[in-house]
Amino acid sequence: MKTAEYAKTLRRMLSYIRPYRFSLILSILTALASVLAMLIFPLLTGRAVDAIGSGDLSEFLRYVALMAISASLTAIFQFVQGLFNNRMAFSISRDMRKDLFHKINRIPLSYIDSHPHGDIISRMVNDVDQVSDGLLMGFTQLFTGVITILGTLVCMLSVSWIVTLVVVLVTPVSLFTASFIAKRTYNLFYRQSEVKGEQTSLIDEMVSGASVVSAYSMEEENQKRFDKINHSFAKVSLSAVFYSSLTNPVTRFVNSLVYMGVALSGGLSAVYGLMSIGGLSSILTYASQYTKPFNEISGVVTELQNAIASASRIFALLDETEEKDESALPVLSSADGNVGFHSVSFSYRKDRPLIEDLSLETRKGMRIAIVGPTGCGKTTLINLLMRFYEPDSGYISIDGKDIASFKRTSVRKRYGMVLQDTWIKKGTVRENISLSKPDATLSEVKRAAELCHIDNFIASLPLGYDEMISDEGDGISEGQRQLISIARIMLSDPDILILDEATSSIDTRTELLIQDAFARLMEGRTSFIVAHRLSTIKNADLILVMKDGSVIESGNHGSLIEKHGFYYELYNSQFA
Amino acid sequence: MRILSFIKGYRRDAFLAPLFKLSEAVLELFVPIAVASLIDTGIAGNNLGYIVRMALLLVLLGVVGLAVSVTAQFFAARAATGFAEKMKSALYAHISSLSELDRDKIGTNTLITRLTSDSTLVQNGINMFLRLFLRSPFVVVGAAIAAFTVDAHLSIIFVIVIPLLSVIVALIMSFTIPMYRKVQNSLDNILSRTRENLSGVRVLRAFGKEEDEKNAFEGDLASLNDLQNSSGRISALLNPLTYVVINLAVIAIIYGGRARYEASLIEIGAIVALVNYMNQILVELVKFANLIVTMTRAIASGRRIEAVFAIKPSMTDKENAAEEGIDGSDAISFSSVSLTYREGGEPSLSDISFTIRKGEKIGIIGGTGSGKTSLINLIPRFYDATDGSVSVFGIDVRDWKRSALRSRIAVVPQKTRLFSGTVRSNMQWGDQRAGDDEIRKALEDADALSFVMDKDGAFDSTVSAGGKNLSGGQRQRLAIARALVKDAPILILDDSFSALDFKTESKVRHAVLSTDKTVLLVSQRTGAMMSMDRVIVMDKGRVVGIGRHEELLSSCPIYREIYTSQYGGDNENS
Repeated sequence: MKTAEYAKTLRRMLSYIRPYRFSLILSILTALASVLAMLIFPLLTGRAVDAIGSGDLSEFLRYVALMAISASLTAIFQFVQGLFNNRMAFSISRDMRKDLFHKINRIPLSYIDSHPHGDIISRMVNDVDQVSDGLLMGFTQLFTGVITILGTLVCMLSVSWIVTLVVVLVTPVSLFTASFIAKRTYNLFYRQSEVKGEQTSLIDEMVSGASVVSAYSMEEENQKRFDKINHSFAKVSLSAVFYSSLTNPVTRFVNSLVYMGVALSGGLSAVYGLMSIGGLSSILTYASQYTKPFNEISGVVTELQNAIASASRIFALLDETEEKDESALPVLSSADGNVGFHSVSFSYRKDRPLIEDLSLETRKGMRIAIVGPTGCGKTTLINLLMRFYEPDSGYISIDGKDIASFKRTSVRKRYGMVLQDTWIKKGTVRENISLSKPDATLSEVKRAAELCHIDNFIASLPLGYDEMISDEGDGISEGQRQLISIARIMLSDPDILILDEATSSIDTRTELLIQDAFARLMEGRTSFIVAHRLSTIKNADLILVMKDGSVIESGNHGSLIEKHGFYYELYNSQFA
Repeated sequence: MRILSFIKGYRRDAFLAPLFKLSEAVLELFVPIAVASLIDTGIAGNNLGYIVRMALLLVLLGVVGLAVSVTAQFFAARAATGFAEKMKSALYAHISSLSELDRDKIGTNTLITRLTSDSTLVQNGINMFLRLFLRSPFVVVGAAIAAFTVDAHLSIIFVIVIPLLSVIVALIMSFTIPMYRKVQNSLDNILSRTRENLSGVRVLRAFGKEEDEKNAFEGDLASLNDLQNSSGRISALLNPLTYVVINLAVIAIIYGGRARYEASLIEIGAIVALVNYMNQILVELVKFANLIVTMTRAIASGRRIEAVFAIKPSMTDKENAAEEGIDGSDAISFSSVSLTYREGGEPSLSDISFTIRKGEKIGIIGGTGSGKTSLINLIPRFYDATDGSVSVFGIDVRDWKRSALRSRIAVVPQKTRLFSGTVRSNMQWGDQRAGDDEIRKALEDADALSFVMDKDGAFDSTVSAGGKNLSGGQRQRLAIARALVKDAPILILDDSFSALDFKTESKVRHAVLSTDKTVLLVSQRTGAMMSMDRVIVMDKGRVVGIGRHEELLSSCPIYREIYTSQYGGDNENS
């Protein structure tokens, strides 16, 4: 752990506390009040006991009443302080989650595509919880502890300032040992949190892929993999828990040495007549009372390490580069659909060029089919059109204007996109179809479903349009998912269509049935179509034949066949 | 709680940890005694040697206390982490043993929370419990007993206070356990939406749903926050209530003490001693209160974990389940099979009967949602038929040992799923012992060899979770190759060519069909059906035709419709 980095993490945690500074101040004030009332209680007890001895009944009753008041006040202040602390800790964890979620929405897709989702999830769930727990404990015990120490110091000063000085000078030793241990546990906590992220990733992957796991009877192999990570988690967790739990016994030991020192020196002073026995006994009482909160605080210090370690993982994600800020950019509110590529180059990895210097112009209403062998860059083209990824050089334009000069969301809203990898949001059928148009009426949704010939299936569900569906297996076929995805864009009114193998899992009869609807949808709209079915391709105005990231041929079906090139080969191979 | 049985193997640790903690508490009792005798005997007697001896004794007590307490912490930590390790391992194994249907019901998201967040809370709970559960009651009861030796009469107050405190603790726990459970349930939603926004990022961004999702997430956060605050509010009562009860007891002691003092039944010193004992209880219970919250959350989370353990796998292997098929029997046979996924929903399959001989190449075709995938899901027993029976190699799938059954069937699912690792590790899912030659052959048959060899590291090139670093077509080829590595007698391809171009498709199909395996090929394309021995035509969950391509053209109207939809008009294969 680098000290500067550590300090930065700590400062950043404080910045999360700042919005709640009034709660913080109130928490400290209530802590102060409850500790004061608590410190007074023994004094009152002493007076009451004295009053028993002196037999003064009214005085006795007065003190007893004051005791009751003091106890109640302490309890009330304690409770109120607890509420403030809860509110702060829970609000801060809420704010962190809000920021993390906001981040996930602004982070480039390349990050989401290349990082295990389980690890991101673990930061959102486990690490934030850890921070919240640490802070709650910190707020609760740190303030009370510090105030108790200060209060006791005042009491001690009233007895003997010399001994007070000695105690004050010596006790920080326990804090040093605590911070010595704390520093070493930080790394362990960080590692623990990392392994938890790895474990979450494995669980995420295997539980959601459980059907394949059982198809290949990989349960045992997977169990081994899980157990391996599980074991390394247990190991690092054991170290972290054990080393951090050393703080309390060690500081207690240091404090008992201090106590012994006071007892020895005090005892010797008493023997030599430098101090009375009564004085010694009260100083010993205070010394032990004074060191106790130190034990408590030292425990908090290590628990905070855990929180800081988790916080640094949260901040690391929050620090990832975001998609370029575009708040100042104008909105692209409508488009004719003249899409152009201008010397566009792009690669996922710098050492593997993919799309190089691609230029093409399409006009409004054109149907552009993209064909080519797998991995040739068809989907990449779509990633660039949708601004899921940004070109390394060159630019893409809509109606002659660079799409990077508009708000990303507004550019995406110009498109209606159906991908081969369908995705169903957890929610009702209706919510899923109206994803593109949340204010759609039920009859509009039904109309879209009818156009896609999925209405009969929906009607067969127990709750119809209100049936809950999700992305995880529930008896909805891949083809039906594709139809739902198509219904989404039927409902919206996009300017440009992107269909990436949009009908690959739909049977040809259904496809014929929805063809009319599709034709109407495409009418006057520029559409980019990735497909294998030649009927779709043949009717395209422009066919882009891609290979290894570049467009090697383009033209319409007739001209490409005449050319006897790669497309000709591809076309003929289907009859082979 | 049943999950507590996972302490097995750590019993000694779990026993020693509290024991050492207890010894620590006992040692602490000696400190005031040593100091007292230092004052009484040493100072009063001007005995320098005695003072030094007592001081050394204090050091010794400190050292022993340190050793004892470090040992206790170690045993507690080891028992807690060991317990959690075993519990998580068993939970993971249990989840693996559940059927598809069971898992669909409970949902992946909550399983992830239970394996991580809830497990951590249980681990913390056990750790704290072991550290404090013997120590605190010991100190409390010890103080009460000590009080009795001072004044039995006034000690009645102790007898009232201790059960009263127990009732308070019990009440607060019984209120907050369900609340903390709700907190964890609410955490499921946080996880669920985060996960959904990662997996659905393209669709959500395409539709510009960021703002809506953000608002929905903030709604989730708000309800989590509410639950946390309301459970925290009740938990926050514990410390103040304890404090008030004990200090009222102190007042009661003094009040009652005064009466007894007036009656000369007690000395002032005794009253002070009783007050001190009560204070000891207070100090200990403040520590205990923190334990209670940790424990409450651990119990709530423990129950959530138990709820998963309580799900009996709806599918289990029978005793003496078959591990071998019957020689000479048919490969697959369906007899009056029906399947309904959703209660109250319409059946996905109804009354299906057919038989497939060994080595037969069967095509399955039918409209979207006609039940093709449902049908093949019954063969490796991913789901159980609602009615009727499915047999593989002459034995009802429910009588097979599932691992033995599945080792005979290689499935390429419609939705491709690869796992993080390398190309090799993914191929070895098919066969752990598969070497370079087998993998090469399978990749070649799936037309995946050239792009794999093109990658840095070839067979050892990285595959990220879900195969996200590959194109759709590449993923599908690898999934086919994985099934080929498995080399099972039955091969099922569920519309597995959808992301392949025609050239590749026909190449791969030929490679697959030119074996003596029994092959079931689900496809949308009648072109692919022509070369099959027989074709099963499905419509609305029923088999509407079985036969050769030519036969079906004349006998099965639906098949003819499908064919015309592809070879109609301009007689084009598409």
